[in-house]
Amino acid sequence: MFPAKFEYYAPKSVKEAVTLLAKNKNAKILAGGHSLLPAMKLRLAEPSALVDVGKIKTLAGIKSAKSGTTIGALTTHATIAASDAIRNHCPAISEAAAAIGDWQVRNRGTIGGSLAHADPAADYPAVMLAVGAEFTAVGAKGARKIKAGDFFKGALTTALKPNEVLTQIKIPAHQPSSGCAYVKFAQPASRFAIVGVCAWVKLDANRNVEKASIGVTGACANATRARAAEKALEGKKPDDAAIKAAAAHSSDGMDCLSDIHASAEYRAHLVSVMTERAMKAAVERAK
Amino acid sequence: MATQIIGSTVKRREDPRLITGNGKYTDNMTLPHMAYMAILRSPHAHARIKSIDASKAKKLAGVLAVFTGKDLKDAGINPLPVGWLLPEIKIGPHPALAIDTVRYVGDGVAAVVAEDRATAKDALDLIDVDYEPLPANVDGEKATQGAPQVHAEAANNVAFYFKIGGGDADAALKSADGVIKQRILNQRLVPNAMEPRAAVAHYEPATGQFTLYNTNQNPHIIRVLFALTTGHPEHKTRVVAPDVGGGFGSKIYLYADEIVAYLASKTLGRPVKWTEERSENFKATTHGRDHISDVEVGYKKDGTITALKVKTWANQGAYLSTFAPLIPTFLYAPMLQGPYTIENVFCEVWGTYTNTTPVDAYRGAGRPEATYLLERAVDLVAGAVEMDPADVRKKNLIPAFKENYKTCMAYVYDSGDYPAELEKLLKMVDYPKLRREQQAARKQGKYIGIGLSTYVEITGAAPAQVAVSLGAGAALVESALVRVMPTGKVQVMTGSHSHGQGHETTFAQIVADQLGLNVEDVEVMHGDTDKVPFGAGTYGSRSQPVGGAAVYIATQRVIERGKKLATHMLEAAEADVVFEGGKYFVQGSPSKAVSFGEVALEAHWPRKVPADVELGLEASAFFNPANFTFPAGAHLAVVEVDPDTGKVDLTRYAAVDDVGKVINPMIVDGQLHGGVAQGVGQALWENTVYDENGQLLSGSFMDYAMPIASNLPLYENARIETPSPVNPLGAKGAGETGTIASTPAVANAVIDALKPFGVKHIDLPLTSEKVWRAMHSRVVK
Repeated sequence: MFPAKFEYYAPKSVKEAVTLLAKNKNAKILAGGHSLLPAMKLRLAEPSALVDVGKIKTLAGIKSAKSGTTIGALTTHATIAASDAIRNHCPAISEAAAAIGDWQVRNRGTIGGSLAHADPAADYPAVMLAVGAEFTAVGAKGARKIKAGDFFKGALTTALKPNEVLTQIKIPAHQPSSGCAYVKFAQPASRFAIVGVCAWVKLDANRNVEKASIGVTGACANATRARAAEKALEGKKPDDAAIKAAAAHSSDGMDCLSDIHASAEYRAHLVSVMTERAMKAAVERAK
Repeated sequence: MATQIIGSTVKRREDPRLITGNGKYTDNMTLPHMAYMAILRSPHAHARIKSIDASKAKKLAGVLAVFTGKDLKDAGINPLPVGWLLPEIKIGPHPALAIDTVRYVGDGVAAVVAEDRATAKDALDLIDVDYEPLPANVDGEKATQGAPQVHAEAANNVAFYFKIGGGDADAALKSADGVIKQRILNQRLVPNAMEPRAAVAHYEPATGQFTLYNTNQNPHIIRVLFALTTGHPEHKTRVVAPDVGGGFGSKIYLYADEIVAYLASKTLGRPVKWTEERSENFKATTHGRDHISDVEVGYKKDGTITALKVKTWANQGAYLSTFAPLIPTFLYAPMLQGPYTIENVFCEVWGTYTNTTPVDAYRGAGRPEATYLLERAVDLVAGAVEMDPADVRKKNLIPAFKENYKTCMAYVYDSGDYPAELEKLLKMVDYPKLRREQQAARKQGKYIGIGLSTYVEITGAAPAQVAVSLGAGAALVESALVRVMPTGKVQVMTGSHSHGQGHETTFAQIVADQLGLNVEDVEVMHGDTDKVPFGAGTYGSRSQPVGGAAVYIATQRVIERGKKLATHMLEAAEADVVFEGGKYFVQGSPSKAVSFGEVALEAHWPRKVPADVELGLEASAFFNPANFTFPAGAHLAVVEVDPDTGKVDLTRYAAVDDVGKVINPMIVDGQLHGGVAQGVGQALWENTVYDENGQLLSGSFMDYAMPIASNLPLYENARIETPSPVNPLGAKGAGETGTIASTPAVANAVIDALKPFGVKHIDLPLTSEKVWRAMHSRVVK
């Protein structure tokens, strides 16, 4: 209930935030606080300082452009779930946002906070991998881009450097004849994903699968692509049988987690079931 | 008008205060010069304490004192009491703070008192405890099989052995057409009241007066237990349970924490507050259930159940909590006959010590364990004789009776009509149509399951002499004081306690109904030993059948006292005066009447009554019922199981209950709704997991799945009323029926859905993975 002592800063700009991070060893960025604050109250995390980015107005918001949709890191899950722009462009993100926690969490929690925290069972990472999102991180030397595929390094570990602030998430422009969907099997207590799968698919002129991309969260220590299933689908006509056959390979090579909620074997099975469901929905949207 | 108040839906009078955030809970209490306490809890399930070094903690600015088990012992404080003494019980002493050994994760080791909460918490990190970890035992059955010893006092970790039976179960099993053997588990649950526990201990050095404000369900019992434990005299002790945010049984007991707070307050001469954190609540507040049972059920080919034989290992945790020995014995084993005519039942129980959080009553307390086991057994018999589960129940239900059905074991049921409940339920849901829909769905690869549960349970403790003969350390009568004021307004003091039950509404309804007043004219007070007469408190659905009955009787006495006054005011003979519709008048002459208000005024400012007539208008009553009450009912659940994932969706829930005479239908519905949710939680989600070292793996809401509204359907419920003959209201307890009935109804529904897969039993909770494994013939873990 009572965190250990910490300093608190509320910078007005990203630059100021970066400076504060550099000055304070073991500082943590506070965004929505829905993962960090409980950890602090349980004294599982004892940062020396909190750099509260909540007052940096430029960090929140959704912008649509021809090149894609940009989501500010401080945008809440509730805002994302309710955004028509996102639903029209990439409904998998809406589905992931709407499936996070409960109303309270969705109203406070932010996409940047969730991605930077990189909980192995968080929803967004599956979508980011499947749709090929690109992140912007700002550090002392300025901004750099990180591809989603290079971002998730392990449980609670990302490519972000200690002094960097994740500022925005870019979802690439919609491609014709493509569709995506996120399907989740929730852990009944936390509502995190025991397994969550995002499928993205692009059909060619013959309505065969030109390209498939499948992101899986919850199953392993970090979100990952189901490449064997992607390969199994590409070039195929995406009928139920082909999708089922491909989904059977979706957990190939995955080192699935085992805990009190699901064994590794059950998680692997759920990866197949959720992949099948996500792929069917994505194909429908691509048509 | 007046006679309609009992039985009508009156909105809960406590709700405006509670839902606008104006409740006064223990943690809202702030006293001048108050200090704050935090408890250091053992991270080990079993360890020897080699040393405790609190010197660094004591040096932290703001820290006032650190207490250890030795300090409590030196102050002459006794171990925590066990209030239900079975023959040959082996009590492992439970010091309020561990002395040499810690016995579960969460066992208190030291307490820090500081100027503020955060400092107290910081100081905990500065206490160095040198532990020598010992091997732990966590399984209630394996505890008896050469596991590490929790207490030297209890060989093989057996705290108590209990057996009870009726008829001859062994002979009946031998002569049965068939016998089914099944191991049935009833998993451990965490009560998780919305408000965690809290205490404000206030010792006043100048007077030696001690006040304990804390989250409890039974202030007078807490005061007695507190006095016996601390040696602080009962008459100089006041216990206040202000607004309490739910208990479900977990706040009946005297806990270690308030004892430590008492010593801290007495030592420092300052009020001391302690408030439990949620993660502490998971570990340091009692748990419920945790039975392992081996069941043998004998039956005839026609579905008649002839015998039930049960062995149960009831995990009691590391220490016996206040009423723990009662739960898996008298509230469990003699209820295994259930609502059926089974003539041969035998049950033996081993209450065992393990290195886990102590287990005590949790909503239903013993009856959910008995009902779940029995209802699973009935469905197993239905499967074996290939009969519909509804038909097997009809075959075995006890026929309607108005009073005194003698079971084959200890209890005599008060009144009931179990077949009518089942019939009403089946009609309500159109059962034959449901079954047809189920068949049609199966053809489309959809797995729908229908589950029944017919139950009877025991409430309204207790006939005092019976309770004492069964081991109660305190009698369980209930009191009421009805005090009429000069203006005719009424205060009611009750020894029972509301922490969600709605006494402020229902008890006022009883009084207003009798006196011909409006509910607004009656104020109900509870929860303060300085205000209310002695009473045993609220648990086991006893408030209405015992506490409400006491209120009713006291009100009748007020009416009789008023009659003496009215007699003089009417210048009539007492035998001719009647009281009806809030007025006294001579039989046959209602136009010449004195109102209750006029009598109340006369009682305080006499004008007409002679000097020798006793003035004032109040009466008290202690109610000691002749028997328990036995609510009963029939519940039905419909589920759909996803064959790909094993996920269970509860799609429909219907219930018919008999809780005797209903005072407030809305409140009884509310009790049922909440109770059903809790029972569904046990069936599908809630699970308390310890690893083999005794670490609690499900110690937060991130891992312990509570039932939530969005996972539940709208309930359909109805009632029949067979008034209880054992109290003047005809009421039976209504607080626990939903919890008791719903777990087996849902479990039976899930297993019914899996019938095409040949599944006969899965242990609780029916998680997606377990269901999936059962469907796909994988080993169920």
